[in-house]
Amino acid sequence: MPESSSQSNSDQRSTPELRGRAGRMLTEKWFSYLCVATATSSVAVLCWLLYSILSHGLPALSWTLLSNPPEPDPEQAGVRPAFFGTVWVCAMCGLMTLPIGIATAILLEEFPPKSKLGGWVYGLIQLNISNLAGVPSVVYGILGLTAFVSMFGLFERDQDSQSSGFELGVTYYNQFFSEGDRAILIPVENVDDKLSVVSEGMEAYTFARDADGATIVDYSKLVPTEINVITYDDPYPEDPAVLENTLFADAEAGRVSQKSWYYFQVPFGRGVLAGAMTLMLVILPVIIISSQEALRAVPSSLRAGALGLGATPWQVVRTVTLPAAIPGIMTGAILAMSRAIGETAPILIIAGIVYIRNAPQHLMDDFTVMPLQIYNWTSRPQEAFHDIAAGGIIILLAILLSFNAIAVLIRQKMQKPLS
Amino acid sequence: MVPRINSMNTVTKANTVTSKNTVTTEKEAFAGSPTIQTATPTEISQEQFALEILNLDSWYGDFQALHGVTIKIPRNQVTAFIGPSGCGKSTLLRWCNRMNDTIAIARASGTLRMGDTDLLSKSIDVVDLRRRVGIVFQKANPFPKSIFDNVAFGPRLHMKANRSELADLVEWSLRKAALWDEVKDRLNKPALGLSGGQQQRLCIARAIAVGPEVLLMDEPCSALDPASTLAIEDLMDELRTQYTIVIVTHNMQQASRCSDKTAFFFEGKVVEYGPTDRIFTNPENKQTEDYVSGRFG
Amino acid sequence: MNTPESTADLNDRVRSILAADRRSLRGVRIREIGVYAVLVLCGVFSLLITIAIVGVLLTETLNFFRSDEVTLSNFLGSGQWTPLLGSTKSFGIWALISGTMLVTVIAMAIALPLGLITAVYLSEYAPRKVRAVLKPVLEVLAGVPTVVYGFFALVTITPFLQWLHGGFNVFNATSGGIAVGILCLPTVCSLAEDALQAVPSSLRDGAYGLGGTRFDATVKVILPAALSGIISAFLLAIARAIGETMIVAIACGSRPQVTGDPRDEIQTMTGFMVQMAGGDVSNFGIEYYSMYAVAFTLFMITLSLTMIGNVVRRRYREAYE
Ligand SMILES: Nc1ncnc2c1ncn2[C@@H]1O[C@H](COP(=O)(O)OP(=O)(O)O)[C@@H](O)[C@H]1O
Ligand SMILES: [Mg+2]
Repeated sequence: MPESSSQSNSDQRSTPELRGRAGRMLTEKWFSYLCVATATSSVAVLCWLLYSILSHGLPALSWTLLSNPPEPDPEQAGVRPAFFGTVWVCAMCGLMTLPIGIATAILLEEFPPKSKLGGWVYGLIQLNISNLAGVPSVVYGILGLTAFVSMFGLFERDQDSQSSGFELGVTYYNQFFSEGDRAILIPVENVDDKLSVVSEGMEAYTFARDADGATIVDYSKLVPTEINVITYDDPYPEDPAVLENTLFADAEAGRVSQKSWYYFQVPFGRGVLAGAMTLMLVILPVIIISSQEALRAVPSSLRAGALGLGATPWQVVRTVTLPAAIPGIMTGAILAMSRAIGETAPILIIAGIVYIRNAPQHLMDDFTVMPLQIYNWTSRPQEAFHDIAAGGIIILLAILLSFNAIAVLIRQKMQKPLS
Repeated sequence: MVPRINSMNTVTKANTVTSKNTVTTEKEAFAGSPTIQTATPTEISQEQFALEILNLDSWYGDFQALHGVTIKIPRNQVTAFIGPSGCGKSTLLRWCNRMNDTIAIARASGTLRMGDTDLLSKSIDVVDLRRRVGIVFQKANPFPKSIFDNVAFGPRLHMKANRSELADLVEWSLRKAALWDEVKDRLNKPALGLSGGQQQRLCIARAIAVGPEVLLMDEPCSALDPASTLAIEDLMDELRTQYTIVIVTHNMQQASRCSDKTAFFFEGKVVEYGPTDRIFTNPENKQTEDYVSGRFG
Repeated sequence: MNTPESTADLNDRVRSILAADRRSLRGVRIREIGVYAVLVLCGVFSLLITIAIVGVLLTETLNFFRSDEVTLSNFLGSGQWTPLLGSTKSFGIWALISGTMLVTVIAMAIALPLGLITAVYLSEYAPRKVRAVLKPVLEVLAGVPTVVYGFFALVTITPFLQWLHGGFNVFNATSGGIAVGILCLPTVCSLAEDALQAVPSSLRDGAYGLGGTRFDATVKVILPAALSGIISAFLLAIARAIGETMIVAIACGSRPQVTGDPRDEIQTMTGFMVQMAGGDVSNFGIEYYSMYAVAFTLFMITLSLTMIGNVVRRRYREAYE
């Protein structure tokens, strides 16, 4: 390729007659070979990539991989928490991003600026969006870490403090183990109170028991109990039934909490909501740009028709432009969501590498996502983990593939002719 | 070859610059009407004019598209605007219901009155105006909805009509637009499935469903076959008793057949305006004569 | 078909419907203003994101430089990046920048020529059938999550490189670079193809009309005419490669050093951030703030590249539209 181009350059300088027709055809031929070779190579690379993943991952693919938590033993490890983490984070992200993104696109496309200043602001927003689309996603992760996880440190209390700035839907307990080795839970009024202050007559709970007398460790099924506080001077009770509820006055407590499904805290901490909002930052520009393109594709004659009938700009959008653009917007949104599903770096910054056994229970719960779990396994030295990582990749790619299939379907089925 | 590319670049650069300039020239306030130049006094009282256009100038950026246009459009008659392409007919039409508001660089000065309402005033409610002055475009533009929804579009926006009233209104409009018999069995079918001529009549039905006083039609037949054209001409004949119709047309026969008054435009000016018979049989102006007899344009 | 009476009836009814009170425009207008306000808020939100990014990165970077252990001259002048070494901390960003540059150069050596040739092929040569295969292949390549490319680089490319040449480390710049290159190829290709397609057909026809071969027309007329678009495609792809995180975090290792040896383990700016996020670093230490300083550097580099790329792109779009 370098030879041929330099040759044609030197040819250009000489008179055209000197250029052999045969030479030109030869260049042409070689160049077309080069093109075909290049095009083939990208197909080959894709095949190589797929082969590499399938050869590692297919043997690892099993029901265990889908349904288990990421056990330390690769034979037993699975992606269940990561799968549900992905579902939670991406659903939240979509719910937040779609309205904002579509609204911004509508503003820019359907409500032309009315003044010079307005035009300037629109230009700024537009420029800003195209630049935001180029910001590396890891930078959004850093922003999310500061803005959502710790909220600029605005709610930081002193180091001893147990709670964060603001909480909703949580009950804290001081948990003691009685002399009879039974858990005694005393609700905590003020989270910052000292851990172990215990006196007789306090409101106290303990775990319920099932029919066989086995303890049910479930904080939502506590039963009230009477406690019996003794000091070292008191006689030590012998009766096991009394011992069960007996605490020394200076007993050591641990702090436990029971969080409802609507548990909410400010700052958000390293939870699902912070992850979703960070992903929102990543895909917002993508959704805005694709929605703008979809709106732009609506023929302006339709807008003129509605305006001519006395519709206001918003009525035009609501009744004509938006319905006509919805298939395009949905296609773009689904593609943006598949980007969000595959995005790893910002989630890694937000969630860190943590061992998660359960699907998230509330918006502030710790979480992991599919690509993060894959990264986790890939970065371990053992081959066995690479294989389950590949298995995870196959699951991830299957999800993405179905998303893209939906997008294609929408494009084909819903896209009606508009004029 | 290389110089060609260069020259092309410079040309495109120049374009960019001008377009920037035009963007910066802002749409200004529609300056209040200057002294109204009373045209030759007529015996017709003001009441009978649907639209009075006096000394209207209009610009797109720095380009002046209309120069001192003065036309009084009589009520419940058909007025035709004729003239070569680019002479400003559509521009004038689009001022009459302020469709030009959607073009940031368009502005106008002069007087454009409908009764006592100054249509160029900044404070006027364009939504209300467009309800009173309907418009039909050159290319039929039905919404990608059902036939019924197309016609009911305007009433749904503006009226408190219930379901049966809406159905009445749709039927009535489609009858007026001479489309009812063709579509009454498929009102819920997509409007885009209609033929070109039917689509254009649907657009007319859609426009009259909001009960406008004036109907503006910008070359409504230019994309249609002769049969559909004829249908629309019949329709105008039917509508003229109730509506003031302004039609832009390139078709001389159409203008002479359908209109009561004709205005001949040339390069942004009204060269001649008068009863259609006179314009076509005995024009005062040489240019008009040349144009109507097909010698240019 | 319909009796005159029923038509007259209809006329009467419609007359009264049309004469009835219209919907008040006041509510409509208030809603219009409300909707517009909401839309403007959403539009301004995207501006806030930028302001927040700049604000957060700037303040935390300033906090970083305020520390006694850090000097600007060390940051900008040194090639030693050892924030986690207790006694001899050094914050020489060049160690990370050099790693990033090495990976980017390798990636671009693959993505730019291949992407451009593929774009030329798609736009000027390819028969429709080939297009129908190639376009989806590129779309799939563009849609594969980066963590998958990271896996591919570590598990497949690296062993392949080691098989070719024994000197490759388990973690090395080349394998990450190749994967980043594959990732960027569709970006280059689709942006460059846009630029080629934007060349006016008159120019294209003129070139073919003069009897040149397709290659002549492409190299002498179409490529020069699309040059600014192609440059913008290159710039955007470079920015993408610089910001790419997971591939380099997985495949390139974590040893920050200034080296030109593509077989060696390196660390990029993004790789360092991932290391910090994955590790257990207290939220207040100097090494934690160093993450912001690195993010700020990365942001400034990619932002300027994207900005120039977008300006160039807008220029050619305006020129042809
Ligand atoms: N949106 C616009 N921007 C700039 N110039 C315009 C615009 N619309 C029309 N013009 C110009 O105004 C002149 C009159 O246009 P128009 O009223 O559409 O002419 P007609 O309908 O008589 O063919 C033309 O020279 C046209 O180029
Ligand atoms: Mg016109």
